[in-house]
Amino acid sequence: MFSSDNWQEIFQTIKKNKLRTFLSGFTVSLGLLIFITLLGLGNGLKNSFNQFFMDDATNSFYIFPGQTSIPYGGYSVNRTIEFKNDDISDIQRNFPEYLEYITPKMHRNGTISYKNESNSYTYIGVAPSHQIAEKTILMKGRFINELDIKNKTKYAVIGRLVEDDLFGNENSLEKYIVINYTAFRVIGVFQDEGGDNQERSIFIPYSTIQLQEKNTDKVNHIVLAFKPEIGYEGAMIFEEKLTTFFKEKHSISPDDENAIYIRNVADDMNENQQLSGVLTLIVSFVGIGTLIAGVIGISNIMVFVVKERTKEIGIRKALGATPFSIITMILQESIFITVIAGYFGLFMGIFILQAIGNKLEYYFILDPYIDMGTAITATIILITFGAFAGYLPAKRAAQIRPIVALNDK
Amino acid sequence: MIEIKNLHKSYKIGKNELHVLKGINFSVESGEMVAIMGSSGSGKSTLLNIIGMLDILDSGTYTLDGVPIVELNETKAAKYRNRFLGFIFQSFNLISYKTALENVALPLYYQKISRKERESKSMHYLEKVGLSNWAAHLPNELSGGQKQRVAIARALAAEPKVLLADEPTGALDSKTSYEVMQLLQQINDEGKTILVVTHEEDIAKMCKRIVNLKDGVIINDEKINQKRAIDYV
Repeated sequence: MFSSDNWQEIFQTIKKNKLRTFLSGFTVSLGLLIFITLLGLGNGLKNSFNQFFMDDATNSFYIFPGQTSIPYGGYSVNRTIEFKNDDISDIQRNFPEYLEYITPKMHRNGTISYKNESNSYTYIGVAPSHQIAEKTILMKGRFINELDIKNKTKYAVIGRLVEDDLFGNENSLEKYIVINYTAFRVIGVFQDEGGDNQERSIFIPYSTIQLQEKNTDKVNHIVLAFKPEIGYEGAMIFEEKLTTFFKEKHSISPDDENAIYIRNVADDMNENQQLSGVLTLIVSFVGIGTLIAGVIGISNIMVFVVKERTKEIGIRKALGATPFSIITMILQESIFITVIAGYFGLFMGIFILQAIGNKLEYYFILDPYIDMGTAITATIILITFGAFAGYLPAKRAAQIRPIVALNDK
Repeated sequence: MIEIKNLHKSYKIGKNELHVLKGINFSVESGEMVAIMGSSGSGKSTLLNIIGMLDILDSGTYTLDGVPIVELNETKAAKYRNRFLGFIFQSFNLISYKTALENVALPLYYQKISRKERESKSMHYLEKVGLSNWAAHLPNELSGGQKQRVAIARALAAEPKVLLADEPTGALDSKTSYEVMQLLQQINDEGKTILVVTHEEDIAKMCKRIVNLKDGVIINDEKINQKRAIDYV
């Protein structure tokens, strides 16, 4: 079946029937090209979606204290709940199996100046792990560390735009800025993908703020991250346990919805992932549709090719060709063409995706790509179906009585 | 060489059954040149197609060179055709994208003969029909007579026992027809058995025996004095 003689016969047919060869090859190439391009662009759309919605760490809880709405445990209604340092250490002690890191967060506003420049900014008292929670990227210097917390140092990490505003072209590192009449040394500059607002803020050790405020141990609100491996279900359980814990500790009625608020990013993420899942579904639908169209296209061409060759098949049979030799001849030819054309389409598609690159970012298509496994699977599917689609009419043609085939005009 | 007994064949056309051959008894000796004559619809082409295993019989027996032709599936028929029979058609039936030489070589390809041997053998038969200079030409570059001679070379290339010609001169003018008949006579002189289906009196008279068919039965079967085509060319 695979003798060189056979191949020579097939190469001759391919060479002498250029239109037919072109048509079947073109269908396969075009099908794959469109499949890869569409799927790649769909992936690009997903990329920009993920970039928009997956900015902050996705395993965080933001815990805010509120006011009680139900009298409980001897306290009257409208009591303000406050978190203190021991809330943080209690969480660390009680939930080590869930907790990855935890940081208090204390927002303050104030006038901040350097030499003659001054402006009003938000400065935030945090712990070192805040850097992970907000995915803060340091441009230079370092972030606040545990030693700073312990020593209540007067160090500040400033946003990129704060440096721009106050220092102009000057390097801010190791310079002193004044925050509410107290001098702080700049130890780092950060950027954040969250936008301008975030880059116009300043981080200082939370213990330093507590010291300034008459050595209080209040911490405003708390940001913590759970271990990603506990998954969405685990996060939900953790949230419930945390709520119960806080309500017990602060003597809040179990039914009070206002005293404590936990924002669970995992919950947001779940919604985003559902949206992203819908996108995947649409992209797959388009991909499968294109593939089916390609399979139908190649099937049509194969039916046409066999029809066109009916008379030739009759002649060959009259001269002694067996049905088996007719089928293998047609199949070998069609598989050969689809394999060559398939890989041509495959590489053209990948080439187009690379050429597009980030040129369509404006249309929310970022970094389109196709996973090589998918592309090759699609190619193999088209080739297989092309062969299968060729097999049926070839088998039928091979069974036609030669006299009928010879009379075919 | 060929022995046919009580052959019946009918075709279904819609609901009606058309009884084309109604009990044919017919035999051909080795080295004969037989003309099968009859008006259109007499069943002469059907008989030839059954002899050529292009079509199957309904009832009766058919023996070719001592081999009973029974239980004919397509694969078996293909092998018999390749080994025993050479075909010459009215419409030549050359493959249009193959050169004259490649067309002649095609039955040898199905005999699994090596490429080199195929080429030298086909060239030999092209020379025999006087077309060695046209070996590299495609069929549409040849005249009708030349095409038929390529077809004859193709039929001879497989070295069959019997040549079957279905209206071999039907698409040719009389001068070319006689040239083709001359070639067939020459091949017959060398000992090859030939069956010619024709409705032309003058072509039939160039064979050695005429079998007349009418409405599916043989009405006349006689040996004649062969007219040599060379006298008319």
